[in-house]
Amino acid sequence: MKLSTPHLLGIKDLQSQDIRLILDTAKQFKEVLQRPIKKVPSLRDITIVNLFFENSTRTRISFELAERRLSADVVNFSASASSVSKGETMLDTVNNILSMKVDMVVMRHSASGAPHFLAKHIPAAIINAGDGINEHPTQALLDAFSIEDATGSLAGKKVAIIGDIMHSRVALSNIYLLTKMGAEVTVVGPPTLIPKYLEQAFNVRVSYNLKETLEWCDVANVLRIQLERQNQPLFSSLREYNLAYGISRKLLDGLSKKIVIMHPGPINRGVELDSDVADGNESIILQQVENGVAVRMAVLYLLADRGEE
Amino acid sequence: MKTILNEQQISLTIQRLAQQLLENNLNLHNTVIIGLQPRGIYLSDKIVDALKVILSRNGIEYGLLDITFYRDDIRRGLHIPNKTEINFTIEKKRVVLIDDVLYTGRTIRAALDALTDFGRPEKVELCVLIDRRFSRELPIQPDYTGRVVDATETQKVQVRWKEKDDRTEVVITE
Repeated sequence: MKLSTPHLLGIKDLQSQDIRLILDTAKQFKEVLQRPIKKVPSLRDITIVNLFFENSTRTRISFELAERRLSADVVNFSASASSVSKGETMLDTVNNILSMKVDMVVMRHSASGAPHFLAKHIPAAIINAGDGINEHPTQALLDAFSIEDATGSLAGKKVAIIGDIMHSRVALSNIYLLTKMGAEVTVVGPPTLIPKYLEQAFNVRVSYNLKETLEWCDVANVLRIQLERQNQPLFSSLREYNLAYGISRKLLDGLSKKIVIMHPGPINRGVELDSDVADGNESIILQQVENGVAVRMAVLYLLADRGEE
Repeated sequence: MKTILNEQQISLTIQRLAQQLLENNLNLHNTVIIGLQPRGIYLSDKIVDALKVILSRNGIEYGLLDITFYRDDIRRGLHIPNKTEINFTIEKKRVVLIDDVLYTGRTIRAALDALTDFGRPEKVELCVLIDRRFSRELPIQPDYTGRVVDATETQKVQVRWKEKDDRTEVVITE
């Protein structure tokens, strides 16, 4: 058993057995993270560069912790503090870094497809830490891990993905992953934030009714409104969005059952999620962050381990 | 294929190993048992069961340790980890490691490294069903041995368990 791909560019390229292997391996790393010494020597011969061409808090820290807890050597790079601002191309930047003997590249970029381009031109293993509005595979994997952790399984689970589907790489990666693993998906949000023909392209349902969808689902994955990627007004105001698609305590308490609330962060409190929901006992938002390190350790471990044989 | 131990002999050996363990660790006072994944746990399960009967009590501290992340051949192919479950501290405890076959000693080397990540035991002992002496690549020796086997490099010593491999026996295959 090994992964069927040398890179993790997107969930799109993974088989369901790859996803299973990653989630099962992550369980063992979660145990490692409970130990007094939360570190194993598996990747001490591996050097990893974290290339962040776009801002990040959680993902970047999570990857760096995962790398260090596997004993890898870690180099951090952020575009704003580099020669990229002097006009160097991305490929030149990466090739220069690789000539210093780097084995793996973790990359975030605001352009969709940037890691796929890189994978065609450089010999290192590449992990996509988010590319534009395309995919964020490790987020989908940690979401899946957290759903399994909280509810026991993925197959047959009803998952609602709520909010800015149009600009969300988390939504796309989640849709790929959940449908591959046999969960049912409904996306819900204002019509302007849901791409046309989504139902035809993927095995998902589209709804514009939040309350009805919450009543249907077992798990609600709430997405951030990505104002930075919206170059035209797609809804009239944040307040109106909150009234129509924000999740409030009153809405949750009115449901006939308890559901699990997830959010990939960063949260816009009072927009897509009210504070008393984000911090409520339905929320597994902080467990998601905790599981993220274990899931990323599994991805790094499985991709680094493609040895000479 | 030659049978070294049959089911009855294995069961007697397990009884003896349990008694010897107790000889050095009276009442298992301050002693914990750790079975090595993936194949050592069948033996450790049975030794712990035998210890419970002899001591007529249940509260034996017993854990499972997976050494995958500590292997020295980790780049020679993918190794899938198994579950580690040590729900107690090993700090200042006497630890008895249990595995089915002691061969090159590399697994035990990795296990000793892994153990240090859980604390600093007072002492670590090693208990194995089969000791393939003369095949060691590291200076590691068992404290409790079921049977010593002299096998050549090309031979394989297999410990089989009913619950996993349909029958309980130890065999040498060419």
